[in-house]
Amino acid sequence: MVFINYAARELNCKIVYYGPGLCGKTTNLRYIYERTAASEKGRMISLATDTDRTLFFDFLPIDAGSVRGFRTRFHLYTVPGQVYYDASRKLILRGVDGMVFVADSQEARMEANVESIRNADKNLKEQGYDIATLPYVLQFNKRDLPSAVPSDEMYRLLNVKGEPTFEATASTGEGVFDTLKAIARQVLTELKKK
Amino acid sequence: MAAPDLLLYDEQFQKIRGILQQLRQDSSSNVVFLVDKNGQQIAAAGDLSTLDTTSLASLTAGNVAATDGLARLIGEREFSILFHEGEKDNLHISIVGERVILVVIFDERSSLGLVRLRVRRATSELEAVFTEIAARSEGAAGLLGADAESPFSEITDDDIDRLFSE
Repeated sequence: MVFINYAARELNCKIVYYGPGLCGKTTNLRYIYERTAASEKGRMISLATDTDRTLFFDFLPIDAGSVRGFRTRFHLYTVPGQVYYDASRKLILRGVDGMVFVADSQEARMEANVESIRNADKNLKEQGYDIATLPYVLQFNKRDLPSAVPSDEMYRLLNVKGEPTFEATASTGEGVFDTLKAIARQVLTELKKK
Repeated sequence: MAAPDLLLYDEQFQKIRGILQQLRQDSSSNVVFLVDKNGQQIAAAGDLSTLDTTSLASLTAGNVAATDGLARLIGEREFSILFHEGEKDNLHISIVGERVILVVIFDERSSLGLVRLRVRRATSELEAVFTEIAARSEGAAGLLGADAESPFSEITDDDIDRLFSE
């Protein structure tokens, strides 16, 4: 649900990073946070456990500049990836404008990736959204690991609708901003259609 | 069905600000602000200079969402009021018209009773404004006059490319 404030000339969009546990959703946000000028970002909030696992969500507001005289802000959220936090994941999807699915490239995590996409689809439907029409980008993270499955194989397994797909290594930042720009582009293009 | 986009025009924005300022004064509170249930700040009144309102908005919405989840687990539709008591400052959170969240921050110069009383009146005023906003947001798809035309219908690829590049 894009929030257009004509009075303050502001446009606010909500983007959710989804994916299985430990796939690198929080690492994506941390990199964006580190590489964004202080004037263009808010505080990054992580509601995490003592062992740094996301408990509820991470939140990072980013100011992307102006479009048509409107200050455009993206509110980036991650969901907790661990299976048993499903109730929390559903809550975070409320009002989502675009989703980034972060897939873990390690062979041992393919099943978890597939399961998590199914879970995203189900939870989106429950909130009244359809992954087929929602702005959606796929990221293959951890490309630097030796056990990374070839991209074309991952694409065959995980692609939902021919969505834009990016290879990434979130820990070094590779592919992180490409992914963010791609989802931002889709969200704004969607706005144009309305 | 997913909620339609929320469009806030100047006229309603000013009305909301007026109601929040009045509430702040009547309840002797420090800050009053209004947040969308998705975590986006709509308007505020009071001294915000020391507050990170974006974070406050997002965490408030997360808090309300989690509490809503708890309510449904025990068979309630929602908990319409949340109260957090601190050593000096307190937070009073309430739901307006099922869609937005009203937050009042107050200290010992006010009291929970006074805040609750004043919030009740402000809530009914805010509900009326949000009914107007909802009607206008839904109508903006094409039924309203030229002033409702979206400035984003003309977005170009260049506009989008310029984002994040400054």
